[in-house]
Amino acid sequence: MIDKTFATLADAVAGIHDGATVMIGGFGNAGMPSALIAALIEQGARDLTIVNNNAGNGETGLAALLKAKRVRKIICSFPRQADSQVFDALYRAGEIELELTPQGNLAERIRAAGAGIGGFFTPTGYGTLLAEGKETRLINGRHYVFEEPIHADFALIKALRGDRWGNLVYRKAARNFGPIMAMAAKTTIAQVREVVALGELDPEVIVTPGIFVQRVVQEAI
Amino acid sequence: MMNRYSRDQIAARVAQDIPEGAYVNLGIGLPTQVANYLPADREIFLHSENGLLGMGPAPAPGDEDEDLINAGKQPVTLLTGGAYFHHGDSFAMMRGGHLDICVLGAFQVSGGGDLANWHTGAPGAIPAVGGAMDLALGAKQVFVMMDHQTKTGESKIVQQCSYPLTGVACVHRIYTDLAVLDVTPAGLKIVQMVDGLSWEELQAVTDAPLLPL
Repeated sequence: MIDKTFATLADAVAGIHDGATVMIGGFGNAGMPSALIAALIEQGARDLTIVNNNAGNGETGLAALLKAKRVRKIICSFPRQADSQVFDALYRAGEIELELTPQGNLAERIRAAGAGIGGFFTPTGYGTLLAEGKETRLINGRHYVFEEPIHADFALIKALRGDRWGNLVYRKAARNFGPIMAMAAKTTIAQVREVVALGELDPEVIVTPGIFVQRVVQEAI
Repeated sequence: MMNRYSRDQIAARVAQDIPEGAYVNLGIGLPTQVANYLPADREIFLHSENGLLGMGPAPAPGDEDEDLINAGKQPVTLLTGGAYFHHGDSFAMMRGGHLDICVLGAFQVSGGGDLANWHTGAPGAIPAVGGAMDLALGAKQVFVMMDHQTKTGESKIVQQCSYPLTGVACVHRIYTDLAVLDVTPAGLKIVQMVDGLSWEELQAVTDAPLLPL
């Protein structure tokens, strides 16, 4: 019997190694897998490369991981916010590397990794600072910039419900990066509000099929 | 002393140009106010890049849902018939040319339609871009709404942007507190000016050249 569910959050984040690239779902706090992040801080992996849209809000979740000095580099689109003080201080002190990428390129680079695409040409960013040094091409009279996929060792995502095969459904706009990050990581770990029995999720509305998910854990056990 | 349009008047003027059935993204900040002036009897689909179509107004106090926010991370609602989707699909809507209109704020726009709105380039400034570069290039029509001049009186409509660019030749129409201008291959065409303003007076506060009336 295939059972991808894990009994504890600690079990679910076991094996995340120092130096790993870890995608973390969420847009601000919507969809942020805070229970998995707390377990990762406890687990102790360091020197991580983190992929997220932002760079932490306030002092919890991703900001707490940054504050614990576990992150070497962050790939994101919008680090600077009213409450990004943890990132701001690390960045100004030169203690974290930033790879800034337009949000649509971030999403498509993640999606490309998940779909086995070796890179793509996009008009986004052409002629701007964020395209400097990148290959460009004129296609049908329009300028494009070459962007590479972003692969990850692990993805930590948050969903509403999951089953033992790893099928997931999400809640409202908390879906955001979850489905594409699940595709782009070797090991995807989903924090769900509720583990349900096989068959309880309507196959017509499953958003992330279980092939993209390796571990499922209930957030409050 | 020149007459000037208020921010509410600019927002109302932008709203006039959004037809029924349009798929529209309103950028963070000033453009968000356009939603207040869309007539209730006109069905318009508001898109939010974090994964919403059919975005509705802010919820009543107490009804906020942390999983239902807009791109500015403020609580919103979903209209009946609205939909949720993931970031890959959301940005495909933007980058694939499916949105009819996006409305953005700006630091500067050039006479050729170059847009600068993401980064001042100031030393020590932490850069953040979000979806600005995707929106600038993806929508069928890109509207900019901004003050005509900076607080110190410099024109924000320039011959060449001095701030780092968001996109090249991507702006179609500019709405300011003094005028509405179309970016055309021939140059900036005046669509509308505040009452009492002459071409000469507008040109005097506009760095980029204006086409004759």
